[in-house]
Amino acid sequence: MKFTEDHEWVDLDGVVITVGITEFAVEQLGDIVFVELPEQGSEVEAGEDVAVVESVKAASDVFAPASGSITEVNEAIADNPSLVNEDPLGNGWFFKIKLDDPDVCNNFLDEEGYRALTQ
Amino acid sequence: MTNIPESNLCCTPLHRQHLALGAKMVPFAGYELPVQYRTGIIGEHLHTRKSAGLFDVSHMGQILLWPNSGNPADAALELEKLVPADIAGLRDGRQRYGLFTDAGGGILDDFIVARRGNHFLLIVNASRKAQDFDRLQDYVGQCCRLQMLEDRALIALQGPESGSVLEKLVPGSANLNFMESREFMFQGSALWISRSGYTGEDGFEISVPADVSEGLFSDLLEQKAVQPAGLGSRDSLRLEAGLCLHGSDIDDSTSPVEAALEWAIPGVRRIGGRRAGGFPGDARVLSELADGAGRRRVGIRPEGKAPMRHGTVVHADQEGRRRIGLVTSGGYGPSVGGPVSMGYVEIEFAISGTLVFCEVRGRMLPAKVHSMPFIEHRYNRMRRPDREVH
Repeated sequence: MKFTEDHEWVDLDGVVITVGITEFAVEQLGDIVFVELPEQGSEVEAGEDVAVVESVKAASDVFAPASGSITEVNEAIADNPSLVNEDPLGNGWFFKIKLDDPDVCNNFLDEEGYRALTQ
Repeated sequence: MTNIPESNLCCTPLHRQHLALGAKMVPFAGYELPVQYRTGIIGEHLHTRKSAGLFDVSHMGQILLWPNSGNPADAALELEKLVPADIAGLRDGRQRYGLFTDAGGGILDDFIVARRGNHFLLIVNASRKAQDFDRLQDYVGQCCRLQMLEDRALIALQGPESGSVLEKLVPGSANLNFMESREFMFQGSALWISRSGYTGEDGFEISVPADVSEGLFSDLLEQKAVQPAGLGSRDSLRLEAGLCLHGSDIDDSTSPVEAALEWAIPGVRRIGGRRAGGFPGDARVLSELADGAGRRRVGIRPEGKAPMRHGTVVHADQEGRRRIGLVTSGGYGPSVGGPVSMGYVEIEFAISGTLVFCEVRGRMLPAKVHSMPFIEHRYNRMRRPDREVH
């Protein structure tokens, strides 16, 4: 699992990444009450805001960590946003992207690098 | 862990306890205050509606107003020059909601005023307390002595279990009626307790000397029914209860009638009343009371799940061609189980059930104008029912 500076996690499987938000992000957001997901099949650009997560406090964007097409979205978190609080790194995943360029994953932070960012 | 915030924010007398309870602290109106504790905003909200939540609201201004003459009627009549409320008719041990209006009929602040024997206690918003005090000094300073209390904390205990909990620590307090305010002794110190709050639930607001506030706060927290609750749940509770937040839902650009606060202006201050008018902006306020205003504060219930927050534009049509208003407060309502908002719409749309469209991230999402409160008030009106407050 790798991480971005926008407090997202990325899990690479072949040419597809699963994306979610980190435990640190969830801790900062508090109770999550609404999630808006991208459309399955849509093409996204790296850095584009493709999803929204709203907590009781505020709305935040979720960015595409890399360019590609959305192959799957986690409807379960749209139905039950608290899943993101309960299991941010597992059942609380947001979407999957089929990467245009799988090499971009080398640019993401490893766990140590991400931890340094949040301290 | 430190007791002093890094910036030049003020601390309330309960700051140390918030940190010990694991609160997440945020800046608010010049203070560092708990937005939530370990339970989280939704949990604290639901606990308050079910049992009892304990809030530190010591940032609010507590102002005493003493008539130089010793006759409270003199102070009341002076205060009425600033406020379209019936202060002169306020019986000892009772309190009322009031508004400071400006010359244009806008709302400078909202507050609670309690009569304490020969003098009055005003509880005003933290962000406005300095301005309120100066304004009071200018207008009533000739006839009254004013005192901003810096040595008292303010604690709110809210929720259906509040009465039984407080009765254990402060015998007799459970006999208070809604909007009644009396003094009680606690460990040799005077507590000024009123049965009131900002959640729509039964509950109490307790002015306590700073040096005994920690003791009272922890004694209350030791009660099984009580959990600490932060500013986050205070906001979602008051939103569901349809209560205004000054600076968001009301300010100097909104009039009392636009804000649907007519209930705060009794007949005696309206046209035909014995003390009609005589407050800043009375021409506008009195004419709006008679004829209505062009827009009105209403509840707005989004049809979907997306919260519609402060600043969201309201349209009449899905194409967004006709803008009819603005959301002034909005978020997730834990007891409603979905998003709730309030805001202003043009008067012809201010009818429950009217379909409107709110612009959220570039999309027009449907919502319905909704009566307020979203959650029925459960105030304690046992004996001697006073006038309806909402």
